[in-house]
Amino acid sequence: MKVSVWRGDASGSLQTFEVPRFPSQTVLDVVTHIQRHLDPTLAYRYACRVGMCGSCAMTVNGAPRWTCRTHVDRVARNEALEVRPLRNLPVIRDLVTDMRTFFDKWERAGGHFDGAATKSDDFARIAPDSAERKSIDAGIECIGCGVCYAACDVVKWNPDYLGPAALNRAWTLVADSRDRSGERLRAIAGDAGCHACHTHMSCTERCPKHISPTASIAGLKRAVAKAEIEGKL
Amino acid sequence: MLALCVTVHLVTIVYAVRGGLTAAEIFARTRGSVGWLAFYSIFVLAAAVHAPIGLRPVLGEWLKWRGRSREVFVLLFGGLLAWLGMRAVLAVFT
Repeated sequence: MKVSVWRGDASGSLQTFEVPRFPSQTVLDVVTHIQRHLDPTLAYRYACRVGMCGSCAMTVNGAPRWTCRTHVDRVARNEALEVRPLRNLPVIRDLVTDMRTFFDKWERAGGHFDGAATKSDDFARIAPDSAERKSIDAGIECIGCGVCYAACDVVKWNPDYLGPAALNRAWTLVADSRDRSGERLRAIAGDAGCHACHTHMSCTERCPKHISPTASIAGLKRAVAKAEIEGKL
Repeated sequence: MLALCVTVHLVTIVYAVRGGLTAAEIFARTRGSVGWLAFYSIFVLAAAVHAPIGLRPVLGEWLKWRGRSREVFVLLFGGLLAWLGMRAVLAVFT
């Protein structure tokens, strides 16, 4: 099977390898085979190889995916594969991207919990089937793999846009009654924030954990509108 | 608001045009109608507000146009829509 792999940085090019075809082969198996047997200088990332860590995310035949969870059978076109690094991120080398912007935007969106209670206060009582908790649970499993960020066209067109992952995380905190939402809404509103989302839903389509950042961003839009009307923004 | 206006507009037009319609027939019904004047004024103004808000990010994403000049441009564009729209509304309903 012919596999074209991106080599170099942004000004690099595709290099083609001939790789043996096996049943139940994943794209990560293919990339690993190339690095171990054909070209040891190939740079790529992976860790758990079982679909838990998100490190192996790359662009496979045009779509951002976890390569360890992508069977060659499912994506090969005419027995050919094209593997590139994730889109919307600077390429360090070959299949490795610089994820600093992704995490910087997570920070800028206020992606950490800020609670008002202390250890001398009683536990917060949140019903697991409450609307609040169900909405948060739908978005809480994000492991920051960057697939949604790579899938998002608005990230491509608007370099300031915080992106689906950062905004999804912000929503899980805005929606949380234990969190002090004071400054959060200002951080995620505006041109670089939730209002830039065009509801293309590429993020939702591609998220390997079946999270819908679009739904979370819709929640943020509602929260911002509400705060604006109430004069709290 | 705009969704409501568009729906009412489309239903009315489709209904009114059954069996053909001349300009004279249209004006006979619209001229002097305060209700329809009010409806279409709201429609025009809502569109004049909505369109610039939508055009703004499109200009930013496709032309990389940011900053003050873009804000001025979309405001003027909204003004143009409002002017053209109200001109038409006043011509048809008064």
